[in-house]
Amino acid sequence: MSLLQTTNVIKRFGGLVAVNKMTFSVDEGHIVSIIGPNGAGKTTFFNSLTGIYRPEEGEIMFKDHSLIGLRPDQVSARGISRTFQNIRLFGSMTVIENILVGMHIRLKQNALDALFRSKKFHAEEKEAEQKASDLMEYVGLKNVGNELARNLPYGGQRRIEIARALAANPTLLLLDEPTAGMNPNETEDAIKLFRRIRDEKGITILLIEHDMRVVMGISEHITVMDYGEKIAEGSPQEIRKNQRVIEAYLGREAASSKD
Amino acid sequence: MKTFFSELYKKANSGFWPIFITLGLLIAGTISVYQSPRSLSAFLTLMLCPLLVYFMKINMKVKTFIGLILVIVILPVLGIRNIFYLEVIFQMAVFAALALGLNIVIGMAGLLDLGYVAFYAVGAYTWAIFGSKQLSLLHSIPGAAPAGAEFALSPNYFWLFLFLGVGLAALAGILLGLPVLRLRGDYLAIVTLGFGEVIRVLALNLDKPINLTNGPQGITPIQRPPLPPEFILSPIRNLLTPIVGHVPSEAEFYNVFFYFLALIIIMIAITVATRLEDSRIGRAWTAIREDETAAIAMGIPLVKMKLAAFAAGASFAGAMGALYAANRTFVSPETFSFLQSIGVLTMVILGGLGSIPGVIFGASAVVILNIQVLQNFSLYLSELRQSDAVIPIINFAWKDLSNQLDPAKYQKLVFGIILVVMMIFRPSGLIPAERRKRELVEDKE
Ligand SMILES: Nc1ncnc2c1ncn2[C@@H]1O[C@H](COP(=O)(O)OP(=O)(O)O)[C@@H](O)[C@H]1O
Ligand SMILES: [Mg+2]
Repeated sequence: MSLLQTTNVIKRFGGLVAVNKMTFSVDEGHIVSIIGPNGAGKTTFFNSLTGIYRPEEGEIMFKDHSLIGLRPDQVSARGISRTFQNIRLFGSMTVIENILVGMHIRLKQNALDALFRSKKFHAEEKEAEQKASDLMEYVGLKNVGNELARNLPYGGQRRIEIARALAANPTLLLLDEPTAGMNPNETEDAIKLFRRIRDEKGITILLIEHDMRVVMGISEHITVMDYGEKIAEGSPQEIRKNQRVIEAYLGREAASSKD
Repeated sequence: MKTFFSELYKKANSGFWPIFITLGLLIAGTISVYQSPRSLSAFLTLMLCPLLVYFMKINMKVKTFIGLILVIVILPVLGIRNIFYLEVIFQMAVFAALALGLNIVIGMAGLLDLGYVAFYAVGAYTWAIFGSKQLSLLHSIPGAAPAGAEFALSPNYFWLFLFLGVGLAALAGILLGLPVLRLRGDYLAIVTLGFGEVIRVLALNLDKPINLTNGPQGITPIQRPPLPPEFILSPIRNLLTPIVGHVPSEAEFYNVFFYFLALIIIMIAITVATRLEDSRIGRAWTAIREDETAAIAMGIPLVKMKLAAFAAGASFAGAMGALYAANRTFVSPETFSFLQSIGVLTMVILGGLGSIPGVIFGASAVVILNIQVLQNFSLYLSELRQSDAVIPIINFAWKDLSNQLDPAKYQKLVFGIILVVMMIFRPSGLIPAERRKRELVEDKE
């Protein structure tokens, strides 16, 4: 039984069909990758899944419920968390606060609890803070809890974004080019982190990735997109040999090296 | 030079110096205000004390104690000697509450609201209509009040209407919030500005078909809440008489009374603002300000949280509006002009967007500047005009100075200068917002 199943999802921007008839599924417990050249429609597909865009056509089922028409916060409440291709942290909040924001839907306190500082409020805040600093360590950050998020180096910011997404206790984690801009060492660490998230926390991961070493190294299943369409899918071995995939990449790269 | 000052500051803020300096200034300020109640510099000296109490490294309990002595004993006593001070402080409290409310909307949630004064008007008119004779004048033309019009409610109802003012203002906040939810930045600013004007124009024109607001003439008299009973007042009166040098009158008692009411409301406002800020709700507001898309992707319901910000911000203004109506016993649409909204915005920007101590400081500074410094300056100029003094070198006689040059009328200019200067040189304000540092277990390794 697949955790996420999309059928013929179409997302247009004016005349441009950014995502075209994407039929696609993610099995529970897997690490699944979407690859494809720049502008293939990968991010747009993510945004359609998470409610940022509403697809014109098609169905998106998550845990057997449709996500179509839900707002991003509702999708998040159903158990899908994400990171962004261009890091989107809350820059002038501290690292810990960023992670606490990720817990928003899990926290039960209301305005009155906050105003009267009820026992429940204090207990919950303390627990949340503890959980947040555990998550911070989990993604490999130490002693930066009180730093402003924007003051962290690039790699650190990527990690906080992942910690913030994990804070919501998701079933499915969407990562949009999480190793972009990382050096080889950082990338190595990131791969280990993704594995641990799946193995230790049992969270299913859907990954958009450019770096072929990452993709081939950790995915159980790969889907290739080009011009908004799915052009291939299968195991890393199958994708490596697929003629259309090689063409899509080589063709595009050859074309772009001309100009 | 800079290092010299920071060294000096460090030295002054360690060991026994802080308490020494603070108490010294407090005593000096108190004595000088007591001696010369009309002196501006004496008043400013005294007003420096709360700042010192806030900034100096002093034991929290001692700080609280000094603060309490200042606001509960020193200020009211000095205020009875010169009633004008209580008026200044009352206005400081009113505007500090407004600034705190606007700070929730702009500073925390990042929603630029240029019509904030509308909520102040809602609070003020709520009590003005029910706490005056207006209800029996609904069918008469403004200005032609028939004899025998009665107050509809007893003054005791003020307390109820204080809460109603809060509730109605919050409701107005939600009503404003609903249509502007999808707007950001400039568009939001324009619509909120329009909303502020709509409320003012409503106040101006709702004298027909039924005379609800009495139009441009405004509503008066508005009842004041009754003073505490005589058995509480008389010992205070006996105690105060020798200190202030005369038997305090009822009007003076009322000033002190409103001073304390404003103080209580401002305390509540500070508590509410700080506690909301440091909670799930405040974090959600800040997240929305920082990045709406990321915030909603993290599960924050934008609609609910933005409406909550508008409602919470508006409620502060509602409370102060009701109090203001009772204090002045008069409200008119003029009080709720666009300039007032800009004034409150100036306070927030001057103090520091998102900074609770900052906006309180900003409000106090702008109020003092407006009704103390500028007015004193005007007075000084008019004295010069009446003298035979001449500016040397250019040979300009002061008495030829145009009467138009009256600094007290230059509020707009002052707001404008403050806004521009702050935006260029210190956009985060004089006391910038700081995130709370948490004691994290991992830090102790
Ligand atoms: N908000 C938008 N409005 C119009 N066109 C868009 C928008 N977002 C993406 N596109 C276009 O859709 C196509 C797919 O973009 P994107 O999903 O970002 O690709 P990828 O993530 O695979 O690099 C591109 O041609 C891009 O220019
Ligand atoms: Mg992309």
